[in-house]
Amino acid sequence: MRYAMAVDTRKCVGCSDCVVACQTENNVPIGYCRDWVVEVMDGTYPQLEMEIRSERCNHCENAPCVRCCPTGASHYSDGGTVLVIPNKCIGCGACIASCPYDARFPHPEGHVDKCTFCIHRVKKGLEPACVAVCPTRCMYFGDLDDPNSNVSRVLKKRKYKTLIPEAGTKPHLYFLI
Amino acid sequence: MNEEIIISGRANHLIDPHLHIWHWPIPLYLFLGGLAAGILFFAALYYILGKEDVYRTIVRKAPFITPFLLIIGLLALFYDLNHKAWFWQLYTTLKIQSPMSWGAWTLMVVTPASIIWSALHINDLFPKFKWPYKWLVELEAFFSKHKLTLAWIMMIFSVILGIYTGILFSAFNARPLWNTSILGPLFLASGMSAGAAAIILMSKNHAERLLMTRIDLIILGIELFLITHMFMGFLASTEVQIEAAMLFLGGAWTVPFWVFVVALGIVLPAVLDILELRGYHIPAMIPGALVLFGSLMFRFIFAFAGQESRWLY
Repeated sequence: MRYAMAVDTRKCVGCSDCVVACQTENNVPIGYCRDWVVEVMDGTYPQLEMEIRSERCNHCENAPCVRCCPTGASHYSDGGTVLVIPNKCIGCGACIASCPYDARFPHPEGHVDKCTFCIHRVKKGLEPACVAVCPTRCMYFGDLDDPNSNVSRVLKKRKYKTLIPEAGTKPHLYFLI
Repeated sequence: MNEEIIISGRANHLIDPHLHIWHWPIPLYLFLGGLAAGILFFAALYYILGKEDVYRTIVRKAPFITPFLLIIGLLALFYDLNHKAWFWQLYTTLKIQSPMSWGAWTLMVVTPASIIWSALHINDLFPKFKWPYKWLVELEAFFSKHKLTLAWIMMIFSVILGIYTGILFSAFNARPLWNTSILGPLFLASGMSAGAAAIILMSKNHAERLLMTRIDLIILGIELFLITHMFMGFLASTEVQIEAAMLFLGGAWTVPFWVFVVALGIVLPAVLDILELRGYHIPAMIPGALVLFGSLMFRFIFAFAGQESRWLY
């Protein structure tokens, strides 16, 4: 089982509903976010191209954060999700510095915090909060090993990219282009 | 002209607008650890070479400060942890892929070794001191008997201590400025030169000072070579690494790096060392203090500038 998410950059309007849904669902401390929206404007006026991306932890297959964690608090869990055990985390910041996507942040309680792919919801058969709440239905979540999952099907149909694949992290967050 | 504007809605504290998760305690520890590694390395080396009685400051006196350096460094590291009550989790695991993990274990070897080494030479500092309990006397006799083994352990682990901090940084491919394998040898060289400089400051023996001045000069030369090599590597690499190098080649960190680290911390003390070796009288204070200052600045600048370097996507 390999969980993955695909975000349709052509459908996303950058409303930030996913951000608020995540903050509510996961009780993210005020002022922080586990997912966020990036808008990229590219070109020369008037030939401009805009891409909107809802970003979060990429749950990398070759995760630098898991590699550099000195205690094993950052680890691979069910379906290849990258999770943190708060009581094993010493708050050294190595994983934060190691993430090319800057997807992690220090929780005010001391341990590190990040997106979990809402694994507590997924285990109950629900979608991650950000996916479930998206008003444009621009996000797809599922198992890459299951050819009939939402994410497998949309990745078969559409062109996609990952962020900084040259960093060698093998991300599991895809952007439909 | 084609332009790209990236707007991010993320504003996480210490992460945005650029990473600043590691503050002053980290570079301070890196400096103290490197300095202690340098002093312990020379102490062990000259003991193994049988020069204990010729170079008494190197082998016996200078290591007295290392337990203090290491303990202050460890306290700085502890202070920097965000989840302090769980620090012991470091010592429940040994993870070879994580430089921080094996670095923590290295400290657990080097720190006791430095304390034992100092305890063995306590009479150099306090001539009338006698160990109070029988078991302490026996313990001292045990370590005196195995001093050569202890010296070998100290020499090997001080090299690991000196090099691991550089490897720790270089293992982060997310920070292009750190992501160069030359950083390990560079940090080691910087620690060794700081160690040599500290010994020069502490020694009153002319022959000993001359020896360390010679060694210091060689290491400063190696540092200059490694820095040149590092920039050659960056400029021949990918766009992100070229941009990282630009932090020091016109960017925000150019003046601090070239003035404090290279000019004041390496070139000027090297010139003064050459003058000293040519027979001019240079107060040992000046090149010694400059090398220590340069080594400290090197770590601060590298720790902070590295956190500013990143991938753009």
